Amino acid sequence: MYELIIAGFGGQGVLFSGKVIAHAGMDIGKNVSWLPSYGPEMRGGTANCQIIISDEPIGSPIVTRPDILIVMNKPSLDKFEDSVKPGGTIIVDSIYIEDKVKRDDVNVVYIPAKQIAADNGDDRLGNMVMTGKLIEIMKEIPLKDIEQSMRDNISKSKADLADFNIKMLESGYNFKG
Amino acid sequence: MAKKFLMKGNEALAEAAMRNGCRFFFGYPITPQTELAAYMAKKMPKIGGTFLQAESEVAAINMVYGAAGAGARVMTSSSSPGISLKSEGISYIAAADLPCVIVNIVRGGPGLGGIQAAQSDYFQATKGGGHGDYRLLVYAPASIQELVDLTAKAFEKADEYRNPAMIMGDGMLGQMMEPVEFSEPIDLSSLPEKEWATTGTEMKRKKNIINSLYLSPEELEYLNIKRYEKYAVIKEKEPMYEEVYTEDAELIVTAYGTVSRVALSAINILREEGYKVGLIRPITLWPFPEKIFDERSKTAKKFLSVELSMGQMVEDVERCTKGRSEVHFFGRSGGMVPGKEDIVEEIKRIY
Repeated sequence: MYELIIAGFGGQGVLFSGKVIAHAGMDIGKNVSWLPSYGPEMRGGTANCQIIISDEPIGSPIVTRPDILIVMNKPSLDKFEDSVKPGGTIIVDSIYIEDKVKRDDVNVVYIPAKQIAADNGDDRLGNMVMTGKLIEIMKEIPLKDIEQSMRDNISKSKADLADFNIKMLESGYNFKG
Repeated sequence: MAKKFLMKGNEALAEAAMRNGCRFFFGYPITPQTELAAYMAKKMPKIGGTFLQAESEVAAINMVYGAAGAGARVMTSSSSPGISLKSEGISYIAAADLPCVIVNIVRGGPGLGGIQAAQSDYFQATKGGGHGDYRLLVYAPASIQELVDLTAKAFEKADEYRNPAMIMGDGMLGQMMEPVEFSEPIDLSSLPEKEWATTGTEMKRKKNIINSLYLSPEELEYLNIKRYEKYAVIKEKEPMYEEVYTEDAELIVTAYGTVSRVALSAINILREEGYKVGLIRPITLWPFPEKIFDERSKTAKKFLSVELSMGQMVEDVERCTKGRSEVHFFGRSGGMVPGKEDIVEEIKRIY
């Protein structure tokens, strides 16, 4: 079983990233749940979603001790750093977050995701770079299934960005920090 | 195998309602159930149904009253403060013996309260809400698949008993996504005819009358007694619950809705440590599954009611265990949700 939290500012695509992962998990036959934060904290503050991927039926959909945490802003790192399981992983967008992770009992990956996306022409797709890295670390869902899930879930108005999203997923997946 | 969809609870409920013959939806937006109405707004016109955003909750529930009286499968949805506003109309609908489905995606209260998940409307749903002697069938799903399945059941049972049915979820269930399968849409013409509906006599039959005003106390009491005969049948035939590890349990946790899943995760942890702990999860809150509490209180020494409230269902647990077992309560309120670790700790404290 994997428990994930993806967190950042509202508008960075953290909920979409989570949906792509959960949907791909469902497609390969896993039990999945996706629980978003909702309400006023989405505006300007942190948005997050909690995802569980499991071979067993899922009990509590609430993730209190994530195996992997993606953080795309400082308030999210502050809020969730302590919750990660010892031996788990924190993936940090090092452009949005200059600080280092304080804990020494977790793996930390710093990725300049916003920069990688910007260098490719659209800095809004840092979420896909981060998602690609998470998929590589988790080793639970093949990248091709994530790519299919992304194509299935992207809104019609953004369908022209599908190939670009996939390129960003792959650059995150192949990133060596 | 049917196709699986990854959907929010609110959206899945709306889809299930339409597949089960709901052709009229009247509502007024409120967090955290707004996606339900938004989904209806998009999809209902495509199947020839009516979606209407009313000017208020009071208007919406009275539109439900009208459509139900005309024999339609009709639904409204809201969250806690909105259900309070609708409660007058719900009492009228119950008094007129009309079927409809009311959804409450509960948020923290009282008052305007907050918008995070809660279960503090248990009393309102099961003991009244509106005035007078009436009851709602109340279904409390714990997963999105169950939410879909119970939506079908709510429409079916509402029609069968000519009684309003409520689906009571919480903000978490409305907002989260899980894989879900749907059955094929029902054929509306396959539903039994509602001979009591006010659809126009065409000069071929006696007038049908929908009414909740009876100035003769003899007549009103007679109708109340008849209605309670109906409730007695419902109490006998309709209680639903799930039991896990209760056979040898010394302590039984009781919880419904999403928090029951947190409780079950806690129980699984404790079972591995050797604690004899089980779960009773009421699926119908009214009728409350009284018999299983009566039965299990003969063997379990303790009960712990875990709720997202300051303690409401615990009163039914006390009532139905008849003083045989110690009854404890553990809850969070205002939109706070306990983690499984919190429940583990509480069980260990009282075990």
